[in-house]
Amino acid sequence: METHTDVICPFCGTLCDDIEVQVEGGRIMDVLNACKLGTAKFMSMNKKHRPLKPRVRGENGFEETTVEDAVERVARMLVEAKKPLLYGWSTTECEAHSVGIELAEEVGGVIDSHSSVCHGPSVIAIQDVGYPSVTLGEVKNRADLDIYWGSNPMHAHPRHMSRYSRYPRGYFRERGQADRTVVVIDVRKTDTASIADKFLQVEPGGDYELANAFRAALNGVELPDEVAGVPKKDILQTLDIMKEAQFGILFFGVGLTMSPGKHRNIDCAIKLVADLNRYTKFSIMAMRGHYNVTGFSEVLTWQSGFPFGVDYTRGRPWYNPGETTSIDLLTRGEVDACLVIGADPGGNFPRRAVEHFARIPTATLEPHETPTTYLSDVVIPTAIAGIEVEGTAYRMDAVPLQVRRFMDPPEGVYPDREILKMILDKVREIKNGA
Amino acid sequence: MELEIKNGTVYDPLNKVDGERMDILIRDGRIVEKLKGKADETIDARGRIVMPGGIEIHSHFAGGKETAGRLFRPEDGARTTYRRLDGMRAGSGYSMPSSFTVGYLYAQMGYTMANTPAMPPLFARHTHEELCDVPILDKAAYPTYDGNWFVMRYLKEGDPGKLAACTAWFLKATKGLVVKLVNPGGTENWGWGRNAVSIDEPVIGFDVTPAEIVKGLAEANERLGLPHSIHLHPNNLGKPGNFETTLQTLELTRNVPVKNGRQSMYLTHAQFHSFGGDSWKSFESRADEVAKYINGCDHVVCDTGNVTLDETTTMTSDGPMEYFLHNLTHLKWMNKDVELETAPGITPFIYSRKNPVHSVQWAIGLELALLIEDPFKVLLATDHPNGGPFTRYPRIIAWLMSEPYRRYYIEERVHEAVQKQSSLATLDREYTFHDVAVVTRAGQARALGLSEHKGHLGVGAHADVAIYDLNPSEIDPSRDYKAVEKAFSATAYTVKDGEVVVRDGKVVASPQGRTYWANPIVDHELEREMEKDIEQYFKKYYSVNLANYPVQKSYLERGRELKIDARDVK
Repeated sequence: METHTDVICPFCGTLCDDIEVQVEGGRIMDVLNACKLGTAKFMSMNKKHRPLKPRVRGENGFEETTVEDAVERVARMLVEAKKPLLYGWSTTECEAHSVGIELAEEVGGVIDSHSSVCHGPSVIAIQDVGYPSVTLGEVKNRADLDIYWGSNPMHAHPRHMSRYSRYPRGYFRERGQADRTVVVIDVRKTDTASIADKFLQVEPGGDYELANAFRAALNGVELPDEVAGVPKKDILQTLDIMKEAQFGILFFGVGLTMSPGKHRNIDCAIKLVADLNRYTKFSIMAMRGHYNVTGFSEVLTWQSGFPFGVDYTRGRPWYNPGETTSIDLLTRGEVDACLVIGADPGGNFPRRAVEHFARIPTATLEPHETPTTYLSDVVIPTAIAGIEVEGTAYRMDAVPLQVRRFMDPPEGVYPDREILKMILDKVREIKNGA
Repeated sequence: MELEIKNGTVYDPLNKVDGERMDILIRDGRIVEKLKGKADETIDARGRIVMPGGIEIHSHFAGGKETAGRLFRPEDGARTTYRRLDGMRAGSGYSMPSSFTVGYLYAQMGYTMANTPAMPPLFARHTHEELCDVPILDKAAYPTYDGNWFVMRYLKEGDPGKLAACTAWFLKATKGLVVKLVNPGGTENWGWGRNAVSIDEPVIGFDVTPAEIVKGLAEANERLGLPHSIHLHPNNLGKPGNFETTLQTLELTRNVPVKNGRQSMYLTHAQFHSFGGDSWKSFESRADEVAKYINGCDHVVCDTGNVTLDETTTMTSDGPMEYFLHNLTHLKWMNKDVELETAPGITPFIYSRKNPVHSVQWAIGLELALLIEDPFKVLLATDHPNGGPFTRYPRIIAWLMSEPYRRYYIEERVHEAVQKQSSLATLDREYTFHDVAVVTRAGQARALGLSEHKGHLGVGAHADVAIYDLNPSEIDPSRDYKAVEKAFSATAYTVKDGEVVVRDGKVVASPQGRTYWANPIVDHELEREMEKDIEQYFKKYYSVNLANYPVQKSYLERGRELKIDARDVK
């Protein structure tokens, strides 16, 4: 039995890097340190029904084919399209992103990631008002106040609190939990709320009002008796906790980002945090979901200047959320082909977007069977980054790590980056008249 | 591959060539004495200036905060976009061009090497990923040590051996070239929302002072025998009256012994550290004081940090300064404190010609360049993008070469405060082409300790050459400053490692450049002892495991390791 230590979990944005995996004869025997979600991802390698052959939609459903044939079909689809969409990217490594962006440029398409449907509004808010943030180790060593707003790490990022916020001992927080206060703001009493020192239950859709109330009170405005279902007394008390903390951090999730108000909620939360810096050290951080959704923003930004929704149809990068983002493009029927990598739009996009997706030529690079693969015309199974492929991933605080390879991919199954490179080469060949 | 550059007017200060008509011969990427056969290409450089490839010593063009700066300023991206062209990738950004574009733009100006000067060690992997996407140029990154907990711990414990060993360890782990300090002590205090406003202010929780950090690291740097000196951004950047802090800081390394005769202190973006007055109202230039100090000593080299009066994105590892700036302008603010290491910050800034302070800042950068007598001591940089984008270098060169051009700005363009609060209007020195070659390439190569292969055109040097379409025997740069600006904006040819990469101002090839990094080998026992401390700190305080921290060599597509024997360090 081989034991692999310091394995990085390719599941959520927490990117835990202390996992131990025991492998014997190509099977994962045990996973130590990981949470339920991470363990499930590692253990899923043992499932027997993994598709290994590329398949294309024929008259009688899917037919198996060779990688070369599948690659050529995808390349032709992209070359023939006027405005193809290349979507996904959050569950693959940065090396694949890099090839993907070059491919989008080459075919004059739009490239977009999950940001478009999760923390895109957070990014828009950051572009509006900034982002006073820190790395997670700063939180571990210094924070005496952790606020989770619209975020339920107990379920979505199960080790976040034990590694970085509520529980660990840090340099200036030697007593760990005893040195820290946790406040949760949410629309319901979540499991995270149940272990918080203070819980504020905000009315659904009331986040913007509540964030504004904090900010107004901080700047000396008299509050009404109740704001968004939270009594004035609680707001002022929480505000005092914030002002008196030595080092505070506000973690926010899609509960704040995707509830009514969207980027305006985040605008307000960020400004609140910036204002709090007049009193003490205060920071804010988005609880990014997929393990490498941050990485894609980073790579796309340094290569094109913009973080998601970049349109290359005019040969120059063009970024305009609402115009160049996936759901808008699909629901308006503006794209005429779609390549999906490491994502499942068929499973979680709105119906009208999926309907258009089903109408146009589509291809998916994906190790598993998902609703998206069933809707696609070409499916190419790929190797799994972080298990069968090494590569770079960025944690939610943009700390870059190299995820490890500790198993071999099945024969004939290639990493995303290699398939994408084959597609890119083929595209160039076709464009050059071959 | 053989290349011959014939009859150019050559400026090669490191070989004491000042405007001589010469041929430059190139074989297999090196400058040679003789070609073996017939040249594959002959470039007629008659009536043109030939210089070694330019070297950028300090420009924030790649890394974590650089990308964060791009991310939060889509307005900067939308302001200038670059089309995808044959063999060239698309891009965007006025003050912060995207990665591929950075390589093309530098090469078009005749630069063949550029260094990114503030890499938080924890983000080193990002920096190297991004450097691989900067084509053509040779590159290097400077890891930051200003708030490094190991450094402060060993300083407090008085253990110079382990201090040197850990300095070496971080260079190796981050694949960095230079020991960089940004607002020493201040960035750690910023973890609590505080700063260090004098060199004797204690660092909270560590019981050391900025002065001790600077001196300690300068000594460690020299004991290890690194190619470059410490690269310092002192405390109090951008505060009125800060020139006193600057002078006190420079004095710290006066007596630090240096083996190879170069400076013991590199003061970067000196403009931002030469402020007089005690408020923005009484703000004035004290470039004279800083210049006087540097003229009177031989242990300091600086770069100018010119302000070019543009809208830009300021980004430094000096988090408290960026917060201070944000409170001044109320523009959006990004902060990125890094555990156990440093604290970068970013905020946009709009330099205005009509603003007295900004205008005087413009003057200070030029004053420094003109008042410091030896050009090898004052190199040209804008601290891109903080003083302005690097694409403004040609204009700065024109200002330096032409008193009338400066006078036009003083009288017609900038705020009249320049005439009262700075001495620029009284300076009539004009740079020669030889001076320009020093402050844009030769000086950088020497200060970095890379002058064996870089920054000159002697036999054995890397064949990095810039050819500018400007005839020094016909042109008077003082009068024809516009022609100078134009010629330095786009070369007739840029040659990188013997390959023509720019022709008539257009990029024609984009090879991958080298990434230089220093690897000082210290005594094995000493290293092992030090690593025990590192292991313990990683277990307890870092948020990543030690095994996942060092940057793998595979991240450097064309790494060049500079091995240094430092086994005598105890």
